[in-house]
Amino acid sequence: MPDASFDAARVKQDFPLLARRVRDDRPLVYLDSGATSQSPEAVITAEGDFYRTVNAAVHRGAHQLSEEATDAYEGARETIASFIGASPNDIVYTKNATEALNLVAYAFSNAAAPGAMEGVRPEIAQKFALAPGDEIVVTAMEHHANLVPWQELARRTGATFRWIEITDEGIVDLASAREVIGERTKVVAFTQVSNVLGTVNPVQQITALARGAGALVVLDACQSVPHMPVDVADLDVDFLAFSGHKMLGPTGIGVLWGRHELLEAMPPFITGGSMIEIVKLEGSTFAPPPQRFEAGTPNAAQAVGLAAACDYLTALGMENVRRHEQELIRHTLDGLAARPWVRVLGPLDPRERLGAVAFVVQDVHPHDVGQILDDAGVAIRTGHHCAWPLHRRLGAVASSRVSFNVYSTVDDVEAFLAALDRVPTVFGLEV
Amino acid sequence: MDLYQELILDHSKHPQHAGLREPFGAESHHVNTSCGDEITLRVEIKGDGDAAVIKDVSYDSIGCSISVASASMLAENLIGHTLGEAQQVFGATRTMLTSKGQEAGDEDVIGDAVALAGVAKYPARVKCAMLSWSALQDSLGKLGHDLTGAAASPSKENPS
Repeated sequence: MPDASFDAARVKQDFPLLARRVRDDRPLVYLDSGATSQSPEAVITAEGDFYRTVNAAVHRGAHQLSEEATDAYEGARETIASFIGASPNDIVYTKNATEALNLVAYAFSNAAAPGAMEGVRPEIAQKFALAPGDEIVVTAMEHHANLVPWQELARRTGATFRWIEITDEGIVDLASAREVIGERTKVVAFTQVSNVLGTVNPVQQITALARGAGALVVLDACQSVPHMPVDVADLDVDFLAFSGHKMLGPTGIGVLWGRHELLEAMPPFITGGSMIEIVKLEGSTFAPPPQRFEAGTPNAAQAVGLAAACDYLTALGMENVRRHEQELIRHTLDGLAARPWVRVLGPLDPRERLGAVAFVVQDVHPHDVGQILDDAGVAIRTGHHCAWPLHRRLGAVASSRVSFNVYSTVDDVEAFLAALDRVPTVFGLEV
Repeated sequence: MDLYQELILDHSKHPQHAGLREPFGAESHHVNTSCGDEITLRVEIKGDGDAAVIKDVSYDSIGCSISVASASMLAENLIGHTLGEAQQVFGATRTMLTSKGQEAGDEDVIGDAVALAGVAKYPARVKCAMLSWSALQDSLGKLGHDLTGAAASPSKENPS
């Protein structure tokens, strides 16, 4: 039974978009939150109020508005930091998780530039030194955002790109992890929760292997932070990235958390205004983190919106959110299990999952499945969900995915299952 | 729903002229990056200019019903026809698909492909229906032919 204190139908009323109708005036059933989530009124208002009342460039300007905008921007950093148990100084605003992950990947290649690591303790500097023979490790289930930047880093530095295999059930193969992670490994980048399968990965075990090898650990937390309690102090990773728009916040704002001594050592990624210390025509020095990594006028209103999303989620309670979404996953898996023409990708035990269920309908392409559902007002994602290698590994060209957030209800799942039953009829499947 | 006309389902379940064959003059592999649909398409032509005849179009298509059916209809419409005719079919099909549902399509020109008219209402699916056409355009380009017919149009002779 869902937690009695968590009333998703009530929560849903906080989200104005979810009241709209689509396709011949059908009520919207939004099951694509894994791609982007909807925002509650509180977030939309916070973002709008920034523009209505304090909008000014932050960290500059000798006027009251600029002061208030800066307070709002930095106050948001504190809220977001506390949401993941971090210190505000270790929170870097980015435009999304993709940028956050690229920021880390580019720290490695930029560290190779002459003088880039001057004054950095040698034991820290050597962590960022990548050369032929060194190895970069990801898993076969990564989103392209946590895969392509590492492939490219390997290409730029001559390091070897390797990956940890996954099992047929879509779980990280720890035997493979033990085999792949070794003394040559300099960085291990992996996702906490698969954006396709919803698999919750054994962060502790993978991190322990990376630690044993002296490698840095980068965690893609895009699909975990919105759905479960995440505390960086418990995780023991070095970097953690997530996106605002997947956790009820605005687009255009993401977060990189990093260990302070590492952020302090890292050369900048994007350079320009706001990130400098002293600029001379002969050369420049850079501000300490997090400002060093926030060049140009930042997305301040979006940062404020994201902080409002954190407040909203905190009020709901992340443990309640997790329990609620796991109940939806259980309901979805039960419903799909009763339809033998559907094959579920990933683990069948709801306790091993979070956020999403991907599946294929026999002999019907996911795009066609999505179209039939869309016709009933049910919005899902189809395709390879930016995880092409994962689909190849599981022997699927593509898949359909339903994904949840706090406002998703059992009624949504029921509407999805009812619409799905039209697929065999339209495509003449024998069921 | 009206998108999935019987003709589309027939073509997608029994794609006409499917499979990769020899001989062929050019081959192209195109991918719809948003959903992973893929097509490898070969074309064999004989003769010169717009009077050149399309002797064969063969393909291997992995994708949704719309992209597979569209490839099947393309092959059915073009094999044995001249390049000039192919340009007409292409133009008429593209106009219909990008009309946002305003153009029903002329059955005399595009044959079974009129069944794809409903696709035009779904912008994300237009790419699926155009995938085989973009592969054909590319293949013909490799052979020095322009499927759009732009090479023969006056505007090309007076580039701005």
